[in-house]
Amino acid sequence: MIYRRRPTPLHATRASVGIVWCAALGLVVLVSDHPIVLVGALAAVVGAGVAAGVGHELRRAARFAVPLALLVALINPLAVRDGLTVIARLGEVPVLGQLDITLEATAYGGVLALRAVVIVLVGALYTAAVDPDEVLRIFRRAGFRSALTAALATRMVPVLTRDGARLADAQRCRPPGAGQPRARRVAIVRAVAAGALDRAVDVAATLEVRGYGGARRGAAARRPWSRHDLAFAASAVALTALAVIGALTGAIAFDAYPALKLESGAAAWAVAAAIPMVALLPFADRRGVGG
Amino acid sequence: MTAASVLSLDRVTYAYPDAAAAALRDVTLEIGEGELVVLAGASGSGKSTLLRAACGLVPHFHGGTFAGRAVVGGLDTRGHGPGDLAAVAGTLFQDPETQVVMGTVRAELAFPLENRGEPPAAVARGVEEAALALGLDRLLDRPTSELSGGELQRVALGAAVAGRPRLVLLDEPTSQLDPVAGDELIGLLRRLNEEWGTTIVISEHRLERCLPAADRVVALVDGALACDEAPRAFLEWAATQAPALQTPAARLLARTGLRPPPSGVKEARATLRAHGLAPEGGASPPPAGPPSRPRRRKDATLHAKSVWFEWPRGRAALRGIDLVLAAGERVALMGRNGAGKSTLLRCLGGLSDPTRGKVERAGRVALLLQNPGDYLIHDRVGDELPAEALRAARFEHLADRHPRDLSGGERQRLALAIVSAGAAPPAAVALDEPTRGMDRAEKGDLASRLREHAAGGAAVIVATHDVEFAAALAERVVLLGDGVVVADGSAAEVLTGGWYFATETARVLGGAGGALLPEEGAALLRQRLSLEVTP
Repeated sequence: MIYRRRPTPLHATRASVGIVWCAALGLVVLVSDHPIVLVGALAAVVGAGVAAGVGHELRRAARFAVPLALLVALINPLAVRDGLTVIARLGEVPVLGQLDITLEATAYGGVLALRAVVIVLVGALYTAAVDPDEVLRIFRRAGFRSALTAALATRMVPVLTRDGARLADAQRCRPPGAGQPRARRVAIVRAVAAGALDRAVDVAATLEVRGYGGARRGAAARRPWSRHDLAFAASAVALTALAVIGALTGAIAFDAYPALKLESGAAAWAVAAAIPMVALLPFADRRGVGG
Repeated sequence: MTAASVLSLDRVTYAYPDAAAAALRDVTLEIGEGELVVLAGASGSGKSTLLRAACGLVPHFHGGTFAGRAVVGGLDTRGHGPGDLAAVAGTLFQDPETQVVMGTVRAELAFPLENRGEPPAAVARGVEEAALALGLDRLLDRPTSELSGGELQRVALGAAVAGRPRLVLLDEPTSQLDPVAGDELIGLLRRLNEEWGTTIVISEHRLERCLPAADRVVALVDGALACDEAPRAFLEWAATQAPALQTPAARLLARTGLRPPPSGVKEARATLRAHGLAPEGGASPPPAGPPSRPRRRKDATLHAKSVWFEWPRGRAALRGIDLVLAAGERVALMGRNGAGKSTLLRCLGGLSDPTRGKVERAGRVALLLQNPGDYLIHDRVGDELPAEALRAARFEHLADRHPRDLSGGERQRLALAIVSAGAAPPAAVALDEPTRGMDRAEKGDLASRLREHAAGGAAVIVATHDVEFAAALAERVVLLGDGVVVADGSAAEVLTGGWYFATETARVLGGAGGALLPEEGAALLRQRLSLEVTP
């Protein structure tokens, strides 16, 4: 997954605003675990991906996120004993003991899964639509000396994607019967993570020898705020306000345990509907997106 | 440090964190303004560490224990990190992929200048000049993700020199490039050195590429300075002290009993002429032509039938390849970066399906892709292979080591053992660029292992840019160009006729007698000498 400049409002926005806007979308999901709000956030990120012309990239990210989410959804009811409404008694299970599946744990597993999917998709949107070159320059201006931080922040997702594909190819070259497929998948994930760190360290070394983080730092060239900068900044502020006010007022409250308690009044629906609207509004103005 | 010195190391000893032994031991070295110095040595001899000490990554980035003093362009590396030293020293490492950090070529060239706080006008001028000097002007607005390996390495060199540093440090910059791109890069370095007066320090395994341009050669053995001489004196030293560091042309003349050792093809030819052994005609014979359509052979292990591979929404990487490999045959697959070698191997190995045509296999194909580390996913070497296969591959003594702690050559051997393991031996073994970063001893070891596979009945096909390795291993060479086979013949036919895809021995001898390796060439020359003295 590689950033490519496209003629869309999000790509035309300065990277600092792009980061804040993606962070605001992420914040919505982290602040609230209300299912309707999460669905609203999912609609917002998918809609933004399509409007930014990176739907293909989001689809690829979803191929990784959905199995992970299903795993979370499956594990939560097996691992969590909280909840009053038992929907299945599985009896005595070795290691785990007496196993009762509750409606609450099952529902909350679904919520966690949905949240994981949205977070991964927001990450993918950031990677595909926020210019990593500009992000590097922001880190430099902000005064972070650590090139490793910058390399990790701007390169992690593409490096992980590329290394994962390469490692998977290499494992396909192993002769049949060499190890259990599931064990191999876990080992691949670990190897990808370790390899990505190695690669990030190499990139960080390159940044250092190119003078990144050196003592001399020029003044940043002034760049006037474009209509897209302003629109996405306003959208980020509005998204943050929706999430924070919704959470503080209890309008988007959701408690899974001990019994499901879902705030389903008009306020919750309004917040859920407002999130995609507020997030997607800046995409409506396409003037000057050519760069 | 003398007035004209750009790099000065004074009794530098350095050990990486948690390392058992020092990577540099008591190294004292002085490199003057405008010199072109080649660093020679086996894998693990300390070449890369020396370069990292010169650009400040050692010890600032890597940590570890550092003793002695390193001064670069008047800046002591103890007080100045890589960021400060970047104004004096540009650095280029081995892997083009991890050296280009920006999204477009223009941004990449501007990046080091911006980091130095140059005003926008100076940045724009620096970018233009570096682009023109390195022939990157037409690539300026291209995304770096779309560049080939050779182009990426050229862009990385452009970023290293954009700020007009006094010193350029290069760590095996041609190891991942095809012969054409490798020669182009060395040519660019020569220009920088001769026209801009830039001091160049380059580490390289294929010394024959850089020696003709070098002022000095510094050889390291186990982290210590073993030789610091002009190229000819270095080759004299290597002949007795480190034969693995001799160039093919030097080996050719040494085995023929001729002196002095040549630093390149031109000097070798002059020596031969002086002894009345000049290659006849002077010009190389024309390269072997494209093959006739291969016929189905009964002993075919791999048969590619009109294989096409077209990328979705992209170009055709393979265009109607017909290729038959027989059992026990050893084939080198050569061609420029992007010619289709890796794609063909993937199709032969079953990792990619041809979009048209088909591949017939007589059995399993053991396919080893470019990065052997990708095959090693466990924490212990012993977990990578069943015990029996581990014993057969002679890795028992390393069973408890972490695969990351193995040397490049050992990783390659282990990965080869992994793909070759299984109930039945593979019908074919296919390797993609296996010699990257290997020294001569490691390449020799790999070649003998592949010969063992071939002797056991497997067809062996190796995609490689390394002409000398191809000549040492293969009996047949297939040359790809833009997805089609442009030459297919015996190694002697294909590797004697070209300018780039020819061994140094073949270039010295003008392809005479089909000699590819120094030993074959020396036998030919000795025969000629004996004919001359016999009445």
